[in-house]
Amino acid sequence: MAEPLLTLAGVHTHIGQYHILQGVDLVLPRGGMTVLLGRNGAGKTTTLRTVMGLWKPSRGTVTFDGRPIGGVPTPDIAQAGIAYVPETMAVFSDLTVAENMILAARSGPIDTARLDWIFSLFPALKKFWQFPAGVLSGGQKQMLAIARAIAEPRTLLLIDEPTKGIAPAIIEAMITAFAELKRETTILLVEQNFRFAASLGDHVAVMDDGRIVHRGAMADLARDEALQQRLLGLSLDTHQ
Amino acid sequence: MTVAPAPATTPEALPAIKHDYLPILLPVALSALALPFVGNPITWVTLTVAALAMGMMIFVIASGLTLVFGLMDVLNFGHGAFIAVGAYLALSVLGLLSGWVQVDSLGWNLMALGLAVSVAMIGTGLLGWAFERVIVKPVYGQHLKQILITMGGLIVAEQLIHVIWGGDQKAMALPTALRGAVLIGDVAIEKFRILAVAVGFVVFAAMLLVLNRTRIGLLIRAGVENAEMVEALGYRIRRLFVGVFAVGSALAGLGGVMWALYRETLTAAIGGDVMVLVFIVIIIGGLGSVGGCFIGAILVAMMANYTAFLLPKVALASNILLMVAILMWRPQGLYPVAKR
Repeated sequence: MAEPLLTLAGVHTHIGQYHILQGVDLVLPRGGMTVLLGRNGAGKTTTLRTVMGLWKPSRGTVTFDGRPIGGVPTPDIAQAGIAYVPETMAVFSDLTVAENMILAARSGPIDTARLDWIFSLFPALKKFWQFPAGVLSGGQKQMLAIARAIAEPRTLLLIDEPTKGIAPAIIEAMITAFAELKRETTILLVEQNFRFAASLGDHVAVMDDGRIVHRGAMADLARDEALQQRLLGLSLDTHQ
Repeated sequence: MTVAPAPATTPEALPAIKHDYLPILLPVALSALALPFVGNPITWVTLTVAALAMGMMIFVIASGLTLVFGLMDVLNFGHGAFIAVGAYLALSVLGLLSGWVQVDSLGWNLMALGLAVSVAMIGTGLLGWAFERVIVKPVYGQHLKQILITMGGLIVAEQLIHVIWGGDQKAMALPTALRGAVLIGDVAIEKFRILAVAVGFVVFAAMLLVLNRTRIGLLIRAGVENAEMVEALGYRIRRLFVGVFAVGSALAGLGGVMWALYRETLTAAIGGDVMVLVFIVIIIGGLGSVGGCFIGAILVAMMANYTAFLLPKVALASNILLMVAILMWRPQGLYPVAKR
């Protein structure tokens, strides 16, 4: 069996006095998309932020590509090949779309062919290239946030709730884009929209109270409504 | 900075970009409003030029501080130390070069001033770097401690100035060729004020150039908006911050030299005295906004000069009133920086 890309073993994270992650064990295989599901407050975002080094784990190990990265400064983790798209999108509103992308390409000018590929995934960015990111709609900001994460080839993308507050038409476009993206890179996606997650995910992990309570193939979970009800309190029929 | 190729765009259905020119018009409106109250146009021009010169000096001092706050949320009440140290370093250099200062030659005078300013900026830049490493770094993210420890740093710096340069008030004479005024029609404009305005505009233009046309400038603007995301893109924001802190301190040193020459006297408390105005300026401008800081500095200086002439008893409170009025209109300042 190939060595996993990312491994979290017994990871605990405290934020102030709150004990958020309480022993997370997660193994991310190379390639494809793993979806992290769970109700609000289960610890999904904290898991991504802990991997990215934005919160330091108080216990446990985080291993990326065979190297321990728990407690490593965020810039070093980014330079190791992990890109992060936060729930807030965090585009730089005062900078143009072009300037956002220039900053995302750390090693120099963005390769033209890659830029064309990004525009093929997110055509709106081409149209708004010289516009301040602050004037973009929510969906367009989300596209920019994802485009920024893939401005250069990355080994792992951490994407936090990309469909939150986004119009259905843009979600459909995003499904197409993510289906192509996951052919190039490994994705760990936090998502509340089960239909979106089920249509893209290869693997799934479900969190509750700061722990992983289920791991398996997404197809199996999508088929098993009883399991969905038990783990998430929902089914595909009721949560579109 | 290498700019990625700009693709062809389709002009239709693009949103209009709203340019906010209203704050830029405020100094124009304020000066126009003052004219009928001042009455005499010559006095009005003199007051306005004096305000522009004062505003430019405050801008030079405040510009670094606003970026320091915007980038790392650091409240540096010790910024006044760099103003004072810069002024005293320049005093020493100008004392050593007294021959160049006293000769009636613009060239020699400017060379002396240039050397004094260089020493002041290098000295305060290095002091700023050490100040950040020793005093500010241990209290990142702790505002109360930042206020206390940076104020402590200011007090220590003032006492060290007393030890090195003495506690008495020093005279800081302008170089010979910069004394006096230039007559334009019936209006006499002090030569040093013209120099101060020119220096202020050069600093502002240089800052705009760096912030808008270089990669490091983009990083500073992005960092002011969302430092965490800049780190997540793989950049070390703290290294950037140390650099900005040192440059901001060097600019405060430059401002200190200009302020001392403007007043022609200096004491160790010169930095603390001007910091009240500096804080009003960065709050009015919008914390982290260089453009807002520029407009805010001109507004504050205009308010101070016009009220000192028209209503001397109100002058002390005039800038507080200006700040209240602007914050009631725009609670986050003239040009608020989008924050995460």
